[in-house]
Amino acid sequence: MMDSKPIYEEQEPIIVCRDVKKWYGDFQALKGINMEVRKGEVIVIFGPSGSGKSTFIRTINRLEEHQAGQIIVDGIELTHDVKNIEAIRMETGMVFQQFNLFPHLTVMQNITLAPLQVRKVDKEEAEETAMELLERVGIPEQAHKFPGQLSGGQQQRVAIARALAMKPKIMLFDEPTSALDPEMIKEVLDVMIELAKSGMTMLVVTHEMGFARSVADTLYFFDEGQIVETGSPEDIYNNPQEDRTKLFLSQILQH
Amino acid sequence: MTISISDLAPPTERYTVLGWLKRNLFDSFGDSLLTVFAIWLTYAMLKPSLAWGFGEARWNVVADNLKLFMVGRYPAEQVWRVWVVLYLLAAVIGFTWSVWVKGKEKAGFVLIGIPLFLALLPFGMTTRLMILALDLFGFLGILLGRGDNPSFKRWSIISMLLYFPVGIVIIGGLTGDGGFLPTVKPDLWGGLMLTILLAVIGIIFSFPLGVSLALGRQSSLPIVSWICVGFIELVRGVPLITILFMMDLMLPLFLPSGIRVEGVIRAFVAITLFSAAYMAENVRGGLQSISIGQYEASHALGLSGFTTMAFIILPQALKAVIPILVSQFIGLLKDTTLVMILSLFDVLGIGKAVLGNPEYIGTSKEVYIFVAALFWVLSYGMSYASQRLETTLGVGER
Repeated sequence: MMDSKPIYEEQEPIIVCRDVKKWYGDFQALKGINMEVRKGEVIVIFGPSGSGKSTFIRTINRLEEHQAGQIIVDGIELTHDVKNIEAIRMETGMVFQQFNLFPHLTVMQNITLAPLQVRKVDKEEAEETAMELLERVGIPEQAHKFPGQLSGGQQQRVAIARALAMKPKIMLFDEPTSALDPEMIKEVLDVMIELAKSGMTMLVVTHEMGFARSVADTLYFFDEGQIVETGSPEDIYNNPQEDRTKLFLSQILQH
Repeated sequence: MTISISDLAPPTERYTVLGWLKRNLFDSFGDSLLTVFAIWLTYAMLKPSLAWGFGEARWNVVADNLKLFMVGRYPAEQVWRVWVVLYLLAAVIGFTWSVWVKGKEKAGFVLIGIPLFLALLPFGMTTRLMILALDLFGFLGILLGRGDNPSFKRWSIISMLLYFPVGIVIIGGLTGDGGFLPTVKPDLWGGLMLTILLAVIGIIFSFPLGVSLALGRQSSLPIVSWICVGFIELVRGVPLITILFMMDLMLPLFLPSGIRVEGVIRAFVAITLFSAAYMAENVRGGLQSISIGQYEASHALGLSGFTTMAFIILPQALKAVIPILVSQFIGLLKDTTLVMILSLFDVLGIGKAVLGNPEYIGTSKEVYIFVAALFWVLSYGMSYASQRLETTLGVGER
């Protein structure tokens, strides 16, 4: 699949962000973000904490509201219109740092809830899809356990399966491995790599530079609410242009 | 063969009865002295109580007025309707138990034991048979619920939902002055029946109202949230007795003349409103214990605000506050005694009325102990039921 990678370049943009700005009180968290994401493109966003990277991907499915600029997802503009917000949320899956599984529901119920309630598929079909997804993330035997009975890595894989059950066109990952013990990071990254190679459009906020190097198409370096530098993994690693990028990379790649 | 450390059984301490006594009660001279003194003190305190309870006490005041204590001024020739309602309850409980508690039927024997125990008490022979018939109907319900019919679960919920309106209709009457079920005015309802009715109806109505108020308080629509906050703070800010007085004295001023609301209905409304305000704050506590991540995950999946509340937030929030809610329900049960000021005769009111009878002068200890015992049994029953519920739902497990 690696050789067929640049396919996305011929695709239409599926996410368009123009001059997106956001404030928390007087503090400006996003200072005008411009980004175009094409279908099938895998984007990795990295940067120091407080740089606005999480805030930014959370504006894409309206968990955070942007106050200026334009966000268009799959041809739908994000406005205050609840219909638009719901439509966009149906097209985007999200995976959180803290997993955010529903602790009172079994793994199976976690995965089938949204397809049953939002897409109105019938129960049998939803459970069939859920089992396929659990096999894809490698934990079909956990289907009838509760999230509290699983390890962190397993929980995060359930969270990925839950997001995929809605058959989204875009997947957003907000630091998916930051809350995991080191030995569990790989099992989650493996699932994400498989997903990237299958052609899913992905926006990933992460510091896993190995992951970025092997599957990302484009890297964005965020600092102080702005995109400081962008480019292919090779460009950014081997030939960073900005001092801030160089400094940050030297800090996280040192060890 | 070597035994590795991991193969060893955990250390245990084993005592014989004598060993335990020696270690805990008679370890030294001082300990022994204290133990003997404590035994003597217990005996000295219990002896007069037991002598009174089994000797001097005139328990006939309870036996003679049992009908009053149970149903108040409810017409004697209509009391069979109360029995019918109780039998229905036994059947519904039996059915529900056998449908939902597959595999753990044995625990249900506790329920069967209640009528057996009551039948041992010195009631008349007819009453004892009537009480034992409760078990019969309970068994009937259990038999009905056997087998693995998937529609049984639905039927058990329907039967529970239908039980209360049907019970109220049977007790209140349907056919006017004559006929099969002649009307019995709510003001004639009394005794333990009234206490339980007030509590159960208060719980059933205040629960949805309280949850709605809690959600309304968090609403982003300012009018809705102001109204809810206003109601909660107003009602919580005054004692229940004031609300009952208001219902009694002021409600007639607001209603058009000619419309009279029965005292029982006024009491129902007052208790429900009062309980709902507290319920709202308890539920709000539960809502605040849910992390923002749960809302975000639900919204990110495209679930609407309503679905998020119904499937994600409320189940977790309510589960978290079960112990508090049960506490509140127990409080509500005991607060129903205040309806005395609306000239209603709940079980405590009946007690006072019985004591007013010259024949029973000097029996107030017996009467109040009996009433207290009834309240304790009901309260402990609720507390026990909630503990079972918590175990089943796994509260505290994460």
